[in-house]
Amino acid sequence: MPCKFCKTNPVINLPNSEINLCKSCFIKYFEKKAIKTIKQYKLIEKNDHVMVACSGGKDSLSLLYVLNKLSLKERKIKVTALLIDEGIKGYRDDSIKDAKKFCKEHKIKLHIASYKKELGKTLDQMKSQNPNKIACSMCGVFRRSLLNKSSRELKATKLATGHNLDDEAQSILMNQLRNNIALSSRMGPRTGTGKDPRFIPRIKPFYFLTEKEVATYAFLKGLISKFNECTYNEDSYRFEIRDLLNNLEQKYPGTKHSLVASFIEILPTLKKSFKGKSIGICKTCGEPTSSNICKVCNLTKEIN
Amino acid sequence: MPTIFLEKEDVTKTVDATTLKEVYEKLNINSTTVIATKNDELIIESTKLNSKDKIKILPVISGG
Repeated sequence: MPCKFCKTNPVINLPNSEINLCKSCFIKYFEKKAIKTIKQYKLIEKNDHVMVACSGGKDSLSLLYVLNKLSLKERKIKVTALLIDEGIKGYRDDSIKDAKKFCKEHKIKLHIASYKKELGKTLDQMKSQNPNKIACSMCGVFRRSLLNKSSRELKATKLATGHNLDDEAQSILMNQLRNNIALSSRMGPRTGTGKDPRFIPRIKPFYFLTEKEVATYAFLKGLISKFNECTYNEDSYRFEIRDLLNNLEQKYPGTKHSLVASFIEILPTLKKSFKGKSIGICKTCGEPTSSNICKVCNLTKEIN
Repeated sequence: MPTIFLEKEDVTKTVDATTLKEVYEKLNINSTTVIATKNDELIIESTKLNSKDKIKILPVISGG
């Protein structure tokens, strides 16, 4: 079956439908869907400085491409990029090169923050000194904190991440199966109220786009480099959930969309139920935290 | 038979198949996790293949 709109060769069969789209129609569809999410959930407003969390991979480069295009059209939005160099030999070096090349070509300011400079050690060093610790768990805590801290220092008003529908569906199911609904109440296309200036609100413009759609867009825009897998791939629970959802999606198309759509329906109620826990200041580093000592300081103490 | 290059595994196979859908079925590949190209152009599952075609299958899942 040819493209639904222009009858030329299709490049994708849209998930959860019988619609085929050609290159040009798919690019329009993809960008329109991201912009619709931005408008519907008020992810970006006039005079925003949007910091795009950029790993150099297909998701973040696609996001940077779409948001940069938006900023060129709507001049009152500023878009810059922030890359966190965890210090993972044989993995991060290539993606840093890709991110630098992309930003240079598109005249986007790229900031790089590294674990080595900020925390005194690379992830490789942390892991070799603490072999029993899961690298992905350590990395997640430090990366989230550093993204927020660096964005704040660089005076960003929003932090955009390349999370897609697949990522969100996995997180929803993981929280549900672990009885961690409080964590789910802090999810959605936009997180962080913006009321506390220490937290930069996070936005996910690709929230309703699947991983396959993002990969297709990245391919068509020439943003995919050679498949490069992180040398630490230890979040096995997430991978099991990912495979489970992909198997269900294959058998019952639309599963992931339904999971996220039903979550969005109940999210306002969840947010209401778990509202009220005040954010304090970490007694050690002064960063925002809901405990006396923040996760970063606790973990730093554990691994030193 | 079409030649199939699997980028993630870095292996090439020949598969007795007339469509991309058949390739996925025979290689036990979940179509939601990959995209495929023929002569560097993206193709979809119903695309007909001939014996001289060279197909590349790329993973869509992020590497970390």
